Amino acid sequence: MKIFFHLGRYWLFMASLFGKPEKFSVYRRRVLEEMESIGVSSLGIVSLISVFMGAVITIQTVYNLVNPLVPLYVVGLVARDTMIIEFSPTIIMLVLAGKVGSSIASEIGTMRVTEQIDALEIMGINSSGYLVFPKMIAAIFIAPFLVLISMFVGIAGGWVAGELSGVIPSTDYIKGIQYQFLPFNVTFAMIKTVVFAYLITSISSYQGFYTDGGALEVGQSSTRAVVYSSVLILIFDYIITQLILI
Amino acid sequence: MIEVKNVSKGFGEKQILKNVSHRFEKGKVNLIIGGSGSGKTVLVKCMVGLFEVDSGRIEYDGRNFSEMNFKERKPIRQEIGMLFQGSALFDSMTVEQNVMFPLTMLSDLSQQEKTDRVNFCLQRVNLPSSHKLFPAEISGGMKKRVAIARAIAMNPKYLFCDEPNSGLDPKTSIVIDELIMEITEEFQMTTIINTHDMNSVITMGDNILFIHKGEKWWSGNEQEILKSGNPEVDEFIFASKIMQHLRK
Ligand SMILES: Nc1ncnc2c1ncn2[C@@H]1O[C@H](COP(=O)(O)OP(=O)(O)O)[C@@H](O)[C@H]1O
Ligand SMILES: [Mg+2]
Repeated sequence: MKIFFHLGRYWLFMASLFGKPEKFSVYRRRVLEEMESIGVSSLGIVSLISVFMGAVITIQTVYNLVNPLVPLYVVGLVARDTMIIEFSPTIIMLVLAGKVGSSIASEIGTMRVTEQIDALEIMGINSSGYLVFPKMIAAIFIAPFLVLISMFVGIAGGWVAGELSGVIPSTDYIKGIQYQFLPFNVTFAMIKTVVFAYLITSISSYQGFYTDGGALEVGQSSTRAVVYSSVLILIFDYIITQLILI
Repeated sequence: MIEVKNVSKGFGEKQILKNVSHRFEKGKVNLIIGGSGSGKTVLVKCMVGLFEVDSGRIEYDGRNFSEMNFKERKPIRQEIGMLFQGSALFDSMTVEQNVMFPLTMLSDLSQQEKTDRVNFCLQRVNLPSSHKLFPAEISGGMKKRVAIARAIAMNPKYLFCDEPNSGLDPKTSIVIDELIMEITEEFQMTTIINTHDMNSVITMGDNILFIHKGEKWWSGNEQEILKSGNPEVDEFIFASKIMQHLRK
């Protein structure tokens, strides 16, 4: 029964975001700030994870290719498609669910329990619109760039790992990553990314906004934000893949 | 003037406010007193619309606030300032930005006018030189003052204060009380303070509402309260050693 309560309240919460902004200029500035805090500050971790993912995919694929009839450039192709279709959008967004989701939920949760949200409401400001809407727009706008960067860095990571370990010659890898490239795969990844970005920001904001209690509950909201966004990312990954690729 | 008429409010099964009626006067500091958990905060939050009442109504100078929707309430909301128990300053903003925030969001003042207004408000609460500090960098008493400055930034007609003295030392408490009193007189606001501080009761109890278990139990002024003859009121008033001593 509780799930219906949460679903109902979640949709009402979503509807409440779309009130008329009190001051357009303030919202625009908030979006830019959030882009900075969600996007720019995640560049390091995204690159780090991507370079290692690309490297591991490349070495593992070489290791698993026991059939001498399969040309070696296939390794590059596998690394490219794995990064583009699944690893960059899904794994990176799961990592962002942990990083961004927990910070959104604890920021908004703290504002709730210290009555800062009440202070906004008293002034007649649409608190959910003011706090959450800019985060959502910023995340939906910036996440595709992070994922694109992850794709490049990951594929480059595979190339570096192939070179360093000597398991695949540079020419084969480069031939592989150019072989039968389907631009639609990137589009597909972008669709997933945007959906995941929406899920992370809306779920984490919801968890933070309806925090009740004190510091302990803020921590719990933050944990729930990460768990629920991660699980929903995986579920939607499956749903979107089935809808679009089949 | 704010009138509360037959207000009841519960959460789930639990009835918190039971048929409370009271009139809060303009240009005066009106007190709501009572023990912890008696429903003071809930009453204040019902009055400002953070909670919806289950029955009864709240009237702001004759305007029936309870029946209005979010949009209709907006003009009244902009006439309300509120000082929260924990100050509720925005952590991510400096003192100056906190006070300027309502002006930026809700007024059409120019940058210069906003800066002037912020300076005036911070001056008024005796904080002329803390503009660039963040809430985490100032003391509890200073936070209260910034919160008062933010609450009066839009020149409100109604000022609500939820336990303005909680967490403050006795001397700072008196300073804050006096500040609220002065501001109330100066700007002719309808001020409502929710407190269990006896010192506040004695110094500014012009119009006191005593709440007990969610009911209006007693009302009157600071002279009457000392000889109310009401056992629950006496228990509250003469709880401390000093007050017991004074009584003798
Ligand atoms: N949001 C809420 N949900 C459920 N119960 C609440 C809520 N807010 C307050 N209460 C209950 O209302 C009662 C009165 O609380 P409150 O008005 O905060 O007391 P106080 O007089 O100390 O300010 C308490 O028993 C409290 O548990
Ligand atoms: Mg209280």
